Amino acid sequence: MKNSTFASENHIENQFLSELIQETMALTYRLFLQLIRRPSTLIAGILQPLIWLILFGALFSKAPVGLLPGGIGYGNFLGAGVIVFTAFSGALNAGLPVMFDREFGFLNRLLVAPLRSRSSIVFASVIYITSISLLQSFAIMAMAYFLGYGWPGLAGLLLVVATLLLLVFAVTALSLGLAFVLPGHIELIAVIFVANLPLLFASTALAPISFMPGWMGWLAAINPLTFAIEPIRAAYGGSFNLGNVLLHAPYGDVTGYQCLIILMGLTIGLFLLISPLLNRKLA
Amino acid sequence: MTVIELRELKKSYGNVKALDGLNLEVPSGVLYGLLGPNGAGKTTALRVISTLIAPDSGIVRVAGLDALKQARAVRSRLGYVAQEVAIDKILTGRELLRLQAALYHLPTSDLAKRIEWVIESLDMKLWIDRRCGTYSGGMRRRLDLASGLLHQPQLLVLDEPTVGLDIESRSAIWKLLRDLIGQGTTVLLSSHYLEEVEALADRMAILDEGRVIAEGTPSQLKKELGGDRITLRIREFSNEAESEEVRQLIQKVEGVRQVVVNKSQGFSLNLVVDGDEVISLLRAQLSAAQLPVFAITQSKPSLDDVYLQATGRTLMDAELAVAGKRDIKLESKKSMR
Ligand SMILES: Nc1ncnc2c1ncn2[C@@H]1O[C@H](COP(=O)(O)OP(=O)(O)OP(=O)(O)O)[C@@H](O)[C@H]1O
Ligand SMILES: [Mg+2]
Repeated sequence: MKNSTFASENHIENQFLSELIQETMALTYRLFLQLIRRPSTLIAGILQPLIWLILFGALFSKAPVGLLPGGIGYGNFLGAGVIVFTAFSGALNAGLPVMFDREFGFLNRLLVAPLRSRSSIVFASVIYITSISLLQSFAIMAMAYFLGYGWPGLAGLLLVVATLLLLVFAVTALSLGLAFVLPGHIELIAVIFVANLPLLFASTALAPISFMPGWMGWLAAINPLTFAIEPIRAAYGGSFNLGNVLLHAPYGDVTGYQCLIILMGLTIGLFLLISPLLNRKLA
Repeated sequence: MTVIELRELKKSYGNVKALDGLNLEVPSGVLYGLLGPNGAGKTTALRVISTLIAPDSGIVRVAGLDALKQARAVRSRLGYVAQEVAIDKILTGRELLRLQAALYHLPTSDLAKRIEWVIESLDMKLWIDRRCGTYSGGMRRRLDLASGLLHQPQLLVLDEPTVGLDIESRSAIWKLLRDLIGQGTTVLLSSHYLEEVEALADRMAILDEGRVIAEGTPSQLKKELGGDRITLRIREFSNEAESEEVRQLIQKVEGVRQVVVNKSQGFSLNLVVDGDEVISLLRAQLSAAQLPVFAITQSKPSLDDVYLQATGRTLMDAELAVAGKRDIKLESKKSMR
C-alpha cells in the first residue's frame, strides 16, 4: 500500500517534469524557427561586435605600451568588454518577442493553455538568448584570436562561459520582467535604449577604473557589467586565480570569486522578482 | 449538469463597468449564444471563463471547478478562440498546431492523427504547410478555430467565430459546431449575427452593459419579448395624415402594445400585439370607424425584433459600429508590422 502511493507520487512527479520539458522545448523550438527564417538579427548580432572589436582595437593601437595595468595591449584589454557588452545587449532584448506576443494576442494563446508552469515561457527565452550569446561570444573570441589579442585557454574558456551564463540569466530575467510590466513595445524599447550605452560607458569595458574620475569610478564599481568583465579579462590574462583581487573599487578590493557571487545573487534576486509577475493575470 | 456558472460577476476598467453583476448558467451539451451590442461585456465574460482575467468579484465555476482557484484544471478542459486572431506569421499552420499540441501536453501517440483530423474537419489541407503570414482572414480564423479544437475540449468558448467569413466557410463552421454538439461538447459563442444564433443556439442570452437582460431558448425569447407583428394597410397608397389618424384610433385597442407608421412602406402601420384575437378586434374597430382595409397580415417576431426590443438598438447600428471598429484595429495592426 505504502509502496504504491510512493510509486504514484513518483509517477506524478515524472509527469510534471516531462510535461514541463515538453512545453519548454516547444516554445524554444518556435523561437529558433523564427530566428532561422528571419536570420538578419542573428547576422547583425554577430557582425556588430566584430566591427566594434576591429575599429575600437585600431583606434587605440598606437597607445603607449604600458599605459594599461599589467602592461597588456588595448586590443587584449577590449576583448572581454566586447564579449560582455554583446551578451548584455542581446539579453536586454529578450523581452521584445514576449512583448510582441502580448500585443498581438499570441501570449493569450499560451496563457489559456494548461501550462505546467508559466516559467516555461521564461525558460524558453533563457535557452534561446543564452545560445545566441554563446554563439556571438565564440565569434568574438575567434576574431580576437586572429587579430592577435589572445585566447583564454580551456580553463579560461570555462570561466568565460560560466560568467556569461550568470550575466545572461540575470539580464534576461530583467528584460522579461519589463515585458510583463511595461504597457507596450515602445516603452520597452525606450528603456532598452536608455539603459544600453550608459551601462557600457560606466563600466570597465572600455577603460579601467584608474582612468576614470572618482564619481564615474563609483558607478563602474557598482555596475553589474563590471563584475562580468573582470573575470573574463582575467581569463584572457593567462593563468588566473579567482581568489586574486580583480577590481580595485573605491569601496575596496573585489576578488574573482566575489564578482561571481555578486552576479549569482543578482540572477537569483531577479528571478524571484519576476516570478510573481508571471502569475499575475495579464490583461 | 451545468458546465458554466457565473454568479454576480463584476469587473471594472477604471470607471467603465465591463461586467456589472453578470449571472449566467450554461447547461452541458448545448450550444449557447451570447448576443449584445458593442461594449456589452461579451468578450470580458468569455475571458473570465477562460481564466485570462480575474473578475473584481463574483463566482466562476467551469466544468464543476472553481475557475479562480483551479485555473489549470479548467484550462485543460476548455478551448478558447479569441475575437482577434492570434497566429505567428513566421510559422506554418501545421507548426502552429504542433506547438498547440505540446502546450496541451497531447501524447505523441495520437498527435499526428488529431492534427490530421482538424485539418480535415476545417478543410485546411491545401494551405496548412504554408506560412501563416500568407493566409487570408478566413484561413486565419479557421486555423485559430482548429487550434482551439485540437485537444478535444469538453467546453469550447468562441468569441465571434464567423466574423468576416464567406458564406461557405461560415456554413462549414456551423456544420462542425453541430457535429461537436452531437458528440457532447458544450459550445459557448458570442455573435453579432442573429441568424447565426437562431440557426445554431439551443439557448441564448442577450447582454447589455455588463448584465444579462434576457435569457432562454430563441423561441421562448421570441414569445416573451417579441409579441406578434401585424402589418396593416388601409389602402394601397395612404398618406401620413390619414395613417396618423388610424394610429391614434387603433392604439387604444386591447392587446396592442405599440404602433408605428412606416414611412418607407407607403405609410403602412406596424403593430406589436399580444395574442391572436387582436386582429379581429382591430377589424371591428376599423369597420366601426368606417375605414377600409387593403391588407392586414400577422407574423411571428424575428430574433431581430427581440434584440431590438431588448436593447433598444437596431442590429444595423450594432453592425455598423463593429465594422467601424474592426477597421481601426486592423489598420493599427498593419502599421505595427
Ligand atoms: N483591457 C481593457 N481596458 C479598458 N477597458 C476595457 C478593456 N477591456 C474591455 N474594456 C471595456 O469594457 C467594456 C466591455 O468590453 P467587451 O470587450 O467585453 O465588449 P464586447 O461585448 O465584447 O464588445 P464587442 O461586440 O465590440 O466585441 C467596454 O466598454 C470596453 O471599453
Ligand atoms: Mg468582444
